[in-house]
Amino acid sequence: MIGGLAALLLCQLAGEALVRALSLPVPGPVIGMALLFAALLARRRPQPPEALERVADGLLSHLGLLFVPAGVGVVLHLPLLARDWAPLSLAVLAGTLATIGVTGLLAQALLRRQEAGQERPR
Amino acid sequence: MQGLAEVWVYLAREPLAALTATLLAWLAAMRVARAARLHPLANPVLFAVLLLAGALVAAGIDYRAYFEGAQFVHFLLGPATVALAVPLARQWQAVRASAPAAVASVVAGGAFAALAGVGIGHALSATPEVTASLAPRSVTTPVAMGVAARIGGLPALTAAVVICCGIVGAALGPAVLNLLGVRDWRARGVAIGTAAHGIGTARALAVNPTAGAFSGLAMGLNALATALLLPLLWRLLAG
Repeated sequence: MIGGLAALLLCQLAGEALVRALSLPVPGPVIGMALLFAALLARRRPQPPEALERVADGLLSHLGLLFVPAGVGVVLHLPLLARDWAPLSLAVLAGTLATIGVTGLLAQALLRRQEAGQERPR
Repeated sequence: MQGLAEVWVYLAREPLAALTATLLAWLAAMRVARAARLHPLANPVLFAVLLLAGALVAAGIDYRAYFEGAQFVHFLLGPATVALAVPLARQWQAVRASAPAAVASVVAGGAFAALAGVGIGHALSATPEVTASLAPRSVTTPVAMGVAARIGGLPALTAAVVICCGIVGAALGPAVLNLLGVRDWRARGVAIGTAAHGIGTARALAVNPTAGAFSGLAMGLNALATALLLPLLWRLLAG
């Protein structure tokens, strides 16, 4: 388990270092995810190492919990939320749901077209 | 009762109380979600945040004092983001064949999300800082905060908006997809990951492994695309 955690932290650390060295506009953990993904593909085995899998699945099965401390930060913005509630709530509600609808329809259409092009019906 | 005051000082100073409260709130929220048979509306992030925010306001505790302790949970977001590579690698055979269509959808969906935020901000004459805070709202919190700071938004407001978008997307997104007849688990994952980042991905992982892998992929790609392109576009449009 510690080996898996060390692998995750190592990738994150490498990501943070790269971001700073090359002044990339992307956060370190996203680069770390790309690095770990490349490393897993380079192993040429479909199954990731067991220790890594256990830690990754453990963390991801409670991914929601990790957003809670930042989410409680809304209490800092109660006055701003009270003032600009209309554009904020409309952007959050309508904007997000429209994005989900547009992206979902587009993805489904593109996936179908790509598969028709490959002549491999699902 | 000098003892009680001493206890209070201890609790306020050490991270233990905030950490315990966060985990207890999460357990309670998970219990509610399970009682509702994991219905999307019973989102555990929403319940836990409401519980804790209500407690802080009611007890007059400063958010920064709470975060001192809760940051240990917050820290794990970094390793958890890296860990998203694991389900992606596991599902790579399924993902690889559909990668071009998925990438195109994520980039188009991400651009739509930013334009919708800016459009709604303009239409309702929000202040420029609020509009700039709405543009990067569909990507994962650390990216969104960085982008908002770069284009003149308020990073802390962006964080709150991003979390709300994630909760709304995870809670109501599945209903929208059902209504529009999007039944392909891959397309559903792409849509949720693009619009509702990690909170949506948490939901997708709990429902279907294919949707989870595509959601994680979409979240990472949208973070990458938004971080690289939005500041450039903003400069072109504003300057």
